[in-house]
Amino acid sequence: MPHDGDHDHGRKPELSPIALRVRALESLLVEKGYVDPAALDVLIDTYETRIGPRNGARVVAKAWTDPGFADWLVRDATAAIASLGYAGRQGEHMVAVFNSPETHNMIVCTLCSCYPWPVLGLPPVWYKSMPYRSRAVIEPRVVLREFGVEIPDGRQVRVWDSTAELRYLVIPERPAGTGGWDEERLAELVTRDSMIGTGLARMPA
Amino acid sequence: MNGPHDMGGFTGFGPVRPEADEPVWHADWEPRAFALVLAMGMTGSWNIDTARHARERLPAMQYWRSSYYEMRHHALLLQLIELGLITAQEEETGRMSVAPAPVKRVARSGMIPAILAAGGPSDRPGTRPQGFATGDVIRTRSDNSDGHTRLPRYARGKRGEIVAVHGMHVFPDSNAHGHGEDPQWLYTVRFGARELWGKDTRDEVCIDLWEPYLEPV
Repeated sequence: MPHDGDHDHGRKPELSPIALRVRALESLLVEKGYVDPAALDVLIDTYETRIGPRNGARVVAKAWTDPGFADWLVRDATAAIASLGYAGRQGEHMVAVFNSPETHNMIVCTLCSCYPWPVLGLPPVWYKSMPYRSRAVIEPRVVLREFGVEIPDGRQVRVWDSTAELRYLVIPERPAGTGGWDEERLAELVTRDSMIGTGLARMPA
Repeated sequence: MNGPHDMGGFTGFGPVRPEADEPVWHADWEPRAFALVLAMGMTGSWNIDTARHARERLPAMQYWRSSYYEMRHHALLLQLIELGLITAQEEETGRMSVAPAPVKRVARSGMIPAILAAGGPSDRPGTRPQGFATGDVIRTRSDNSDGHTRLPRYARGKRGEIVAVHGMHVFPDSNAHGHGEDPQWLYTVRFGARELWGKDTRDEVCIDLWEPYLEPV
């Protein structure tokens, strides 16, 4: 655990100012009895190793292969996603938005960094960054080009700004040439960025 | 409030820089800072809206200069000191000099999975009449209140169409200030990029907005 390394005073003498402040605050909050240090380790482990975008990829692959499940995602994404075991904090109210030849969907939170943790894990740095939060709504196509994604002029770009407690998951289009593939194989094509809408699903090799 | 957090439409922050094979953390202190924010939230000393409002009240230059987890750390300190859970001097020394204040709960490690699984749903049973329906055209209010709001500045005074109704949800503008949850109807409203930005395009932005932000057209 990183926790052990943090407290190894002998090996890492030169901590940055913020690292020192965070360490001091942790000591204080533990001393005051507000925080259980073992609970911190569980929280870190949960989001480091247990919850990540493979969860969302499984949702997408199932949507691609099971029309009943795709329809359930449209009607009640929270329940459909919970049926695969993904629920809870920062995924309490899920909405699935489907890409199509007419529409490309893209998710942002301009006011903070809201993100669907149970299906995608913690957000990448760029998602929380000022450039993405400021520009995704005003020039989404320019932002998409910075990810190497070009959306044809005839296809509308629809940006979802997560201002409330609804959390959005993009269901990218299923790549051509994947007929007959099972869910597990399809899930390998589903990138994290394709579920935020700043990428597309991988083409089969 | 017109705070530094309200980023939509700004230019001048440069390109987005995606990172290949990005790790979950970029420094050893980041997971500790992240977990402290979550664990202190679990003491029940504040709600998600007061926590967001604390971040918005950071000095603008500090907000923009900080990395994400630095910003969260600074906002956490602001809340801890304001609520009397710690003192500024204790923060400086990292040592307790004032007896702990009572908190509603201390999240022990064994409780974490259940707390995360329960989350914090914001929907509430509704008794207010529903003011708008799917297909209605609305105009957003154009206020400059000092308080917390989830109506972004770029979408104030704009005309849009209701595309989804989500029932009643906790109203952040009230809840952030300790005035109770005051549940209000929540809608997804679709705005044309032409309306928002004066751009000649069919692109759209959908925003989740509570009824008090909206006026009939």
